Amino acid sequence: MAKVPIQFTLNGSEKAEFVESGATLLNALRDKVGDTSPKGGCHQGTCGACSVIIDGELRLSCLTLAETCSGAAIITTAGLAEGGVLHPLQRAFLDAFASQCGFCTPGMIMAAKALLDHTPDPSREDVVEALSGNICRCTGYEPIIQAVLTAARSNSQNVA
Amino acid sequence: MELRKSYFADVRKDDLHEIGQPRPRLDSPGHVTGKTAFFADHNFPGMLHLKMVRSPHHHARIRSIDTSEAEKHPGVVRILTARDVPHNVYTILILIQIGPEDETVLADGKVRWRGEAVVAVLAETERAAQEAAAKVKVDYEVLPAVFDMEEALKPGAPLVNEYHGQNYYLYDSGECRKVRFGDVEAGFAQADHILEQSYQSSPIEHAPTETTGCVVAPEGNDRFTCYTNTQAMFFTLDNTSIILQMPGSKLHFVGGTVGGGFGGKVDVIVEPIAILAAKLTGRPVSFVYSREEEMQISSPRAAEKVVIKDGVMKDGRIAARKVTGYTDAGAYSRHSPYGAQKGAGHYPGPYTIPNVWIDTYCVYTNRTPSSAMRGFGVTIGDFALEVQMDKLARLIGMDPLEFRFINAYRDGDMKAHRQPTEGAALIECMQEASRAANWPVAEKYMAMSSYEKEA
Repeated sequence: MAKVPIQFTLNGSEKAEFVESGATLLNALRDKVGDTSPKGGCHQGTCGACSVIIDGELRLSCLTLAETCSGAAIITTAGLAEGGVLHPLQRAFLDAFASQCGFCTPGMIMAAKALLDHTPDPSREDVVEALSGNICRCTGYEPIIQAVLTAARSNSQNVA
Repeated sequence: MELRKSYFADVRKDDLHEIGQPRPRLDSPGHVTGKTAFFADHNFPGMLHLKMVRSPHHHARIRSIDTSEAEKHPGVVRILTARDVPHNVYTILILIQIGPEDETVLADGKVRWRGEAVVAVLAETERAAQEAAAKVKVDYEVLPAVFDMEEALKPGAPLVNEYHGQNYYLYDSGECRKVRFGDVEAGFAQADHILEQSYQSSPIEHAPTETTGCVVAPEGNDRFTCYTNTQAMFFTLDNTSIILQMPGSKLHFVGGTVGGGFGGKVDVIVEPIAILAAKLTGRPVSFVYSREEEMQISSPRAAEKVVIKDGVMKDGRIAARKVTGYTDAGAYSRHSPYGAQKGAGHYPGPYTIPNVWIDTYCVYTNRTPSSAMRGFGVTIGDFALEVQMDKLARLIGMDPLEFRFINAYRDGDMKAHRQPTEGAALIECMQEASRAANWPVAEKYMAMSSYEKEA
């Protein structure tokens, strides 16, 4: 099958890969680049476990063709901690018991980050809406919502 | 919530300082950084992908299987049928003497539910495996199917599973698990009211965010490492050893990280065939359910039917309870004979009733095999029992919570299955619930105790 060369940055590092035409970004990240933080829960865009941020926007990597991502800047949960220090969202998820089995967590954190990047001081309704495409079957939504609100508060304190 | 330390003060040594305090989970740092390794996060060069050809029929004889076109499909490496499996007929709980072996790894001569695995296709890519699976030709002779438990138990119903010989699991106690305590007919005769109701539930899918699957890597020393999301590691090790006729020392299972299970990952389905595929090809193998397979193929909670007949006195005492429970195992046993048996022990509920009669049937139908799910065997029973308790209270014009105090089991009471009650706390829970829900009950009930009986 024809291979397509693609180049992009992943969490700030340059990456270049040959992918099969038609391969999803999810498979390219997991199988080629080795970043397994985006998860494949449904491969049909309904669970949100594969969420990543592409050029500042939240995207489902299972519905994104890898070959459309040449030149893009891609962020995943694996790249959030800096110098071993957890991102405020990661810290809040850890402290608030917002992660049970952990499978939905990287996608949840991406959806939350995309929200806070655009809306640093969200209302509870904003958070609920932002996470509405991410399914948690351990049904820990309330701690997850609280964690995002806590992270937003700690962010604004840092700025102040 | 206030913790009332007066309860069980004489038997308690702890100070319950952990309750109400958040504690980070030990595995959370891995979860929040994306570093936790789920089975599918293991990737090996040259890994093959396994896709199943599945039965489109609920019940059919297999006349023939033709894999010739599929074998020619680009990227296909190997195709497996029943004759490739060393010990093809198995049952998960044979390890705790729940037999007979009644289920095939790959269908042999017959399919008994729609979705049953018939042929396994191994290819270089998932897509090639999927496309080749569509080219496998299976010639079926469709047989009459039965989907309703009571229909299945009638004489002349289509026989679902020949390994059982009848459409119910044969316990050592006969066609059902039985509990007999006191004289239930005498209890009904003395009762002021009789209420008989039936309750039914549908199958329920666990729908974990991570689908069922495993990744197998052949090691150089003739061992196989299997990364799996099973919830039942040792059932999986032992059943794989039986199915593949391979000593356990050749099998190295790596698990413990499960992306949601809820009981849906306790069957042994994907690992044996994936390890066999790795053995026969010498290559790493990935077998992962699609979301559709997770919803349609993985075992759901069993459908159940519960018929409860109670005799109740005007003063609130339940004089007699007769329960007939039906658990729909689907086409194969898996964990259902155990679930139905659990129900038999549980059905009187947390209530002390002097006359009890219980029959629970594990029934085979041409539906998706059911298995474990959170409290299986008692969860649907509890729904039925507590709805019945509300109806009984209404029947005699009594407050439903006070009605439960009157019948609550307490330490020393003999349960219907002949185990004396120990460590009961139902009274105390209901007292706390009464306060928390602002649902007051008479003072005499608030003074009751599970372990100190009134003079």
